[in-house]
Amino acid sequence: MPLKSNRSIAIANLEVPRLAGSNKDSYKDSHDHGDSSRYNKEVLKLTQLTAGFHMNSSLGRSLGLLFLLLIAPICQAQTTFTFTAIPDQNEAHLQERFDKVAVYLQQELGVEVRYIPVKSYASAVTAFRNDQVQLAWFGGLSGVQARRLVPGSQAIAQGYEDQLFSSYLIAHSSTGINKSEEFPREIAGKTFTFGSKGSTSGRLMPEYYIRQHLLAAPSKVFAKVGFSGDHSRTIALVQSGAYKVGAVNFKVWDTALAAGKIDSSKVKVIWQTPRYPDYQWTVRGDVANRFGADFQQRLTDALLNMNDPELLASFPRQLFIAANNALYKPIFDTAAAIGLIDAQP
Amino acid sequence: MISASKSSHRDSSAKALRNTSFWFAAVALLCLSMADLDISTPNPWGELGLMAAGALSPTVWSWPTLLTSLANTFSFALQGIALASVVGFLMALGYRFTLVRAFCAFIRSIHELFWALLFIQIAGLSSLTGLLAIAIPYAGTLAKIYGELFEEVDPSAITNLPSHSHTGSLSRSLSRFCYTVLPLAWRSMATYTSYRFECAIRSSAILGFVGLPTIGFHLETTLSEGNYSEAAGFFYALLLLIATLRFWLQKRLLPLYLIGAFYYLPPQAQTSWQLVKRFISEDIVPAPLRGQANLNAESLGAFGQWFNQLWQHQIWPGLVNTMLLGQIVLVFTGLLALLLFPLNSPLFFRGWRGFGDAILILLRTLPEYLLAFLGLLIFGPSMVPAILALGIHNGAIIGHLVGRHTDELTLRADVGTGLNLYFYEVLPRIYRQFLAFLFYRWEVILRETAILGILGIATLGFYIDSAFEEFRFDRALILILASAMLNIGVDNFARWLRQRLHLKSMPESL
Repeated sequence: MPLKSNRSIAIANLEVPRLAGSNKDSYKDSHDHGDSSRYNKEVLKLTQLTAGFHMNSSLGRSLGLLFLLLIAPICQAQTTFTFTAIPDQNEAHLQERFDKVAVYLQQELGVEVRYIPVKSYASAVTAFRNDQVQLAWFGGLSGVQARRLVPGSQAIAQGYEDQLFSSYLIAHSSTGINKSEEFPREIAGKTFTFGSKGSTSGRLMPEYYIRQHLLAAPSKVFAKVGFSGDHSRTIALVQSGAYKVGAVNFKVWDTALAAGKIDSSKVKVIWQTPRYPDYQWTVRGDVANRFGADFQQRLTDALLNMNDPELLASFPRQLFIAANNALYKPIFDTAAAIGLIDAQP
Repeated sequence: MISASKSSHRDSSAKALRNTSFWFAAVALLCLSMADLDISTPNPWGELGLMAAGALSPTVWSWPTLLTSLANTFSFALQGIALASVVGFLMALGYRFTLVRAFCAFIRSIHELFWALLFIQIAGLSSLTGLLAIAIPYAGTLAKIYGELFEEVDPSAITNLPSHSHTGSLSRSLSRFCYTVLPLAWRSMATYTSYRFECAIRSSAILGFVGLPTIGFHLETTLSEGNYSEAAGFFYALLLLIATLRFWLQKRLLPLYLIGAFYYLPPQAQTSWQLVKRFISEDIVPAPLRGQANLNAESLGAFGQWFNQLWQHQIWPGLVNTMLLGQIVLVFTGLLALLLFPLNSPLFFRGWRGFGDAILILLRTLPEYLLAFLGLLIFGPSMVPAILALGIHNGAIIGHLVGRHTDELTLRADVGTGLNLYFYEVLPRIYRQFLAFLFYRWEVILRETAILGILGIATLGFYIDSAFEEFRFDRALILILASAMLNIGVDNFARWLRQRLHLKSMPESL
């Protein structure tokens, strides 16, 4: 018999703590799991009792406790709608910013909404695949990967800017390469850094155009290829000259430039990729079973109607517009073309 | 000082030590000639200035965040070590069996981060994942330590038993073990386990890199954002936790801390058999064989091709790079350890030892990832930052251990001072011990080459990380098996060397 009751999200106890002074609702939310911790308290007492009865050594006690805790299933009906967002920029205060988005969605949807922070593109996809989160703000590539792993899931909204996203190639001033419309072939033979391995704008699309124009894999084209792991870090590394050329999300660059964090005498944009679709909200297909048949539509409406500039700044996007899976076919094809994803399932 | 009274056996053994050291250095030099050691001269001062400014002006962005992530870091480490020492002890009982040894070498060859990535697939980003990611590789390590301690126990305790007690049932051999071997090994086991606890705290912190809410989560985030003041706040907190352990983590309070850790962070996960089944029956099955009801020539051919591709493009280059980097780092680590150990030795820095050890704690607590980034800024991308990062980290660890070992030395009244003391008295007497530590660290170094993706050095770990990033668990598994093979080979070789050189692996001080 398939057990219908869903287990509580274990991560509840693991949550990266909220900022003191973040909103009350989410504070309360993190304590709503009192049920499970009370349960554990009972287990603890029980264990101490039985352990005290049978074993005298502290080691034995700890062992018994360990055993019981490992097998203790924490049952609780799941009514919480959980979402995550890939770490993209300004990760440090993600929790603070996305808790506000959670509050907004909770008001609009009438169910409890929680945000879980993740550290990498892969962990966002895994959380989505394992139903730890039902909704995620993915990049182009991570969205394609996620929807492939979870049949029935849908891209429902994208940022206005994501229709025509783009990456910059940036170069250290010592290379003497200037900005051009043409692909800068002279980057061949230089040292080069991508961002994160799973990033659309920091890896996938730049690699695609590098292969297209220089007719070989980056490892063959460049003297050295690194993965900085992060857009901000790519900028820092190219600015310092540690890598001579790099690829970066255009939005992260523009934001950093506007914030005065870039020394234009040391690093500049030398090329912009053609436009491609990027970030999007993707929801699991099975939310209808749990939250009601019209849930996906209400969720989509809530996202499209989000107009509070403070909330939109979390992404940062002007507004959200409708999206669908087919929009991301080019991303899938590109990933398949460079071997990041298998063409056949 | 090698005195004339030493037996010829000791002479030949000293020669063997010299020869071994020579060969290791020679191999490392050979590897150096093949390694990429380009130093490009970038302009790091801007970024280094920001880092220095941050280091000097640490800020705490949020105390609750800092304290909870510290508590999480501590809890994962303590739970992990507790579970690992129990399991490790059980496995150590069978350590004379090759199969058990290979199994232990296998589980500890996989970096904590990769264990975490594996468990995340099944148990999600949960406290159970954090516990197992530490407990499993540490169980492998502790089994090795305990097992070798048991082997090295003074055999007279057993041989003095009446002969009829040498045969008999399992319970009898168990009680024989408990009354002879265990008491003799116990003290070393306890001290070694407590030392591993410090390592477990570092491992626990690093688990934050994949998203578990330990201090590494915030450290990595703030570092990659270039937010160095906040990063310094988190780093100093971790440093303080490790540096003060000996003051508050006392033996009698241990059960209390342990219960506290389990109460604060009970291991649990939202998982189901479906997830486990999916992982085993789909995810890790090589792509060409997936969904095939039975094997036929065609699918086997496709598998052969798939494997061949993987071998040519990832496994072989990965093996070469891992070993190349590993050998260089090993010897550099050794040199650095010999240079650094006086910092933690009463023979050299009598009044300043606390300060000296503080430097070593600082050096070994700095995450390799951060050291690699620093090196990358200064030297540009090549193997140089990798060698420095891994060498400094591991050199400080071995330096600390060797320094502690010098506590045991009793010196003659007319012994020299300064360099004479170092070269003619202390170095020869600790050399055996030093080599034993270095061989222990060998496989750790190989494992740690995994986390240097920022430098683009294509080690096995680099490809394993890529495979996880691309959701190709089938590839990840094969690559993990390859690195496990390498580890088992290194383990056997180090064991052979240890026996040949009569190295005692554990000093009583450990």
